[in-house]
Amino acid sequence: MNPTDTANPDHYHRVVDCQWACPTHTDVPEYIRLIAQGRFTDAYLLNRQSNVFPGILGRVCDRPCEPACRRGRVEEKPVAICRLKRVAADLKGELTGRVPRGPFERNGRRIACVGAGPASLTVANDLAPLGYEVVIFERQQVPGGLMRSNIPSFRLPQSVLDEEIGLILDMGVELKLNAPIGSMRDLLEKQEFNAVFVGSGAPKGKELELPGRHDTDRIHIGIDWLESVAFEHIKSVGERVLIIGVGNTAMDCCRSSLRMGAKSVKVMARKPRGFFKASEWELEDAEAESVEIIVNRSPKKFVIENGKLAGMLFDQMEYELKDGRITAERVVGEELIPCDDVILAIGQENAFPWIERDLGIEFDQWRVPKVDAQTFQSTNAKVFFGGDAAFGPKNIIWAVEHGHQAAISLHSFLQGQPVAERPKPGVKLQSVKMGVHEWAYSNDYAPLERRLVPHVSLKERFKKLNIEVELGYNADVAAQEVQRCLNCDVQTVFEAKLCIECDACIDVCPTDCLTITHGGEEADLRTRLRAPARVTAQPLVVSGALPQTGRVMVKDENLCVHCGLCAERCPTAAWDMQKSTIHWPHAGDGETACRPKQRQSA
Amino acid sequence: MTFMAKPKVAHPELPRNALGLTRRDYEGSNSTLCAGCGHDSITASIVEACWANALQPQNLVKLSGIGCSSKTTAYFVSGAHGFNSVHGRMPSVATGANAANRKLHYIGVSGDGDTLSIGLGQFIHAIRRNLNMVYIIENNGVYGLTKGQFSASADVGTKAKKGEVNSQPPIDPVQLALTLGASFVARSFSGDKAQLVPLIQAAMHHQGFALIDVLSPCVTFNDHEGSTRSYAYSREHYHEAVHTDFVAPAGQISVSYAAGEALPVTLHDGSCVMLRKVDASFDATNRGTALARIRERLRDNEYLTGLLHVSDSQAEFHDLNRTPDEALNQIPYAQLNPGSAALAKVLARFR
Repeated sequence: MNPTDTANPDHYHRVVDCQWACPTHTDVPEYIRLIAQGRFTDAYLLNRQSNVFPGILGRVCDRPCEPACRRGRVEEKPVAICRLKRVAADLKGELTGRVPRGPFERNGRRIACVGAGPASLTVANDLAPLGYEVVIFERQQVPGGLMRSNIPSFRLPQSVLDEEIGLILDMGVELKLNAPIGSMRDLLEKQEFNAVFVGSGAPKGKELELPGRHDTDRIHIGIDWLESVAFEHIKSVGERVLIIGVGNTAMDCCRSSLRMGAKSVKVMARKPRGFFKASEWELEDAEAESVEIIVNRSPKKFVIENGKLAGMLFDQMEYELKDGRITAERVVGEELIPCDDVILAIGQENAFPWIERDLGIEFDQWRVPKVDAQTFQSTNAKVFFGGDAAFGPKNIIWAVEHGHQAAISLHSFLQGQPVAERPKPGVKLQSVKMGVHEWAYSNDYAPLERRLVPHVSLKERFKKLNIEVELGYNADVAAQEVQRCLNCDVQTVFEAKLCIECDACIDVCPTDCLTITHGGEEADLRTRLRAPARVTAQPLVVSGALPQTGRVMVKDENLCVHCGLCAERCPTAAWDMQKSTIHWPHAGDGETACRPKQRQSA
Repeated sequence: MTFMAKPKVAHPELPRNALGLTRRDYEGSNSTLCAGCGHDSITASIVEACWANALQPQNLVKLSGIGCSSKTTAYFVSGAHGFNSVHGRMPSVATGANAANRKLHYIGVSGDGDTLSIGLGQFIHAIRRNLNMVYIIENNGVYGLTKGQFSASADVGTKAKKGEVNSQPPIDPVQLALTLGASFVARSFSGDKAQLVPLIQAAMHHQGFALIDVLSPCVTFNDHEGSTRSYAYSREHYHEAVHTDFVAPAGQISVSYAAGEALPVTLHDGSCVMLRKVDASFDATNRGTALARIRERLRDNEYLTGLLHVSDSQAEFHDLNRTPDEALNQIPYAQLNPGSAALAKVLARFR
């Protein structure tokens, strides 16, 4: 193996598993450190730089960071990153003066954003302070997109949405409500926008065309039904409800049903557990509310008796599994499950009936626009896509990153720069050695288990639709949870030429990450380390030849707990602990923001 | 040194020995030695060897005298018994303890000062009695605890940190032990665990006195240019004469050897040391030629390392003294102390 190229910014970025896994690359260890210091407002603002909606995401993020968290590999449970984000949002102080506030001096370029969801709002957030006139068109009477219409208020209160969307609108962004776009041509040609960003989501719920589907009005499309609930168009549901599908939408549907009057709610899954799309914690929350999840039932037909929905017929399935994959399936029987309502939650699709096909925006065979995966530009240079509208349903945090990337593209495009030339990520390293035995971070390993978040009691929570179930950590519990963070951003940096091969670091490393051995190919090296290094997804770091013997220092990054003992023990400072700060580019980095417009003094 | 304790967290896939324990279960308290001290590597090797031998921690006795080396018994196997004795007097305490309980394993850790100056008389008598123990000398050529004066093992011509040059010839514990008839004599280097760990394992299985002289650089007072005991100098001037692989009793010999390359020596308990010749002219089973070869190479400033001499047929302390088979604390009191009448009878024999 060649010596690892630690100068590549991705190298140290990858060590910070949570930040690497986050689509927006939120600086998780640093904001956790700020929370540990009680600097909740600073923690909130650091979050906001990358993920824009810390209060919203602190409640409903898909949390790709948590399965990636190193603590989950060293012990069992990852750091409760998402919940800590919420702590920052819940306990933050005054933001006035710390978030750009418009209106700003305009640069004369106008951008239309279609849909007021997270992607469009992020575009506005990034570009309004740079002087762009951003106009958001929203078909509903309130902004937020699926964050508002599809996430029930018992998980995400309206007030949190209003506050964080408000911060963006206060930058001087124009929001047009009840303004569905009927024609892209009209936007581009008549309204004289310089560019258009489409962040209109994937608003079409998938159909399940089975016998009986259209013979009753008690079969609902999940996302439409959730929207009707959110906007109070419907206020009740039957006593027995079946949900088809086990994604996160299904979880929201079943829990909403319980709050709309249902007594018995069953979620019907075609496959066994382990194949569910819903996040584990959402399944947990649903089951805690006595929702029954029934596996291995494939929908066959809707049973209508006397013009009324009486139940649904399922095939009972049996699967053969090998290495976690289904290798064979067969039908072993049938089952009729009586019900009053059926809610279909089996996926979403994009739909663009309002985009004329002769505008140079090409569509692929699935009738989805062709969008560049880096620039988010369509085949019409003036039109950009992001969020679910670009590549189909993902989640909020991906929509935010799409927004950031599209904002970079829009900025380049409107300044006449090539859109494909992307600003590069960077990394800064700074030693945290403060003196003999003193480090500028808390490196004690805290043997604490993940803290539990309190919930409103099962008796209370069903009284109203909008009682938020999760209560969030208080400051004391947060102070314990933050100690579980392993400070992965405080990097172990090795200087081969200083090493005298005394083995001190190897002897003291608690997780046996380090080995000095003769060089070799990676597969061979992995068999010669102090402790098994079977997780090939985690890189080996290999030094250059050591001065005395020509052997190499090998570090298995997988289980390093960043305790700093290697650096503490090193007699020659060949090891040092250095804090890495990852720079993930955003639109207008390094440029001076436009000055706010002079306001008239009183 | 460090003030931070090694956290208890460990690699979840660490291998376990026959007792179900991991290496981490054989660690001791936090080392207070200088960062980079060779002694810490020796400690880690002892930990590794005790783990690999699946030693019950409570069956180990750790003994030491005074000096940096003698502090290290606190840093391994915290579940063992320990005795930190007076300067140079560790062999006496070991003799007493061993006499009382022959069922335990004894590891004495000493330094070149503790063994070759104040404790030299004690050291040679322990060899003479063939006391069943592992005696490790952490040999750095200086008195580290008193800021780096030359010790009795400092080579002629070696330079102290402040510049003076040593002109007195060293005492070499390996040659001394060979001439006294020691039955297990080895030399190693703290920076070579692949060699040191199997040596310690074999020494623990050897019945009788097992000496391991370990070159162990003092990172603070003897790791500079001009020193003959620095990491760099030791690496350039140590020469492995014979490589030892240890094979536990009833263990499979998993390493393959070319015919005539390896010589198996079976120990009393059925375990085996495989001596693999690295230096063709060296014969570890012949005390005389081994000694001659060690001397010859030392004249060229080269340390021969490995298991330099082994013979498992010599009577050890308990055989020589015809002591009972069990530990004294297992013998009924009336038998252990037969009373004044029995004493009178013994005395009568001398009248």
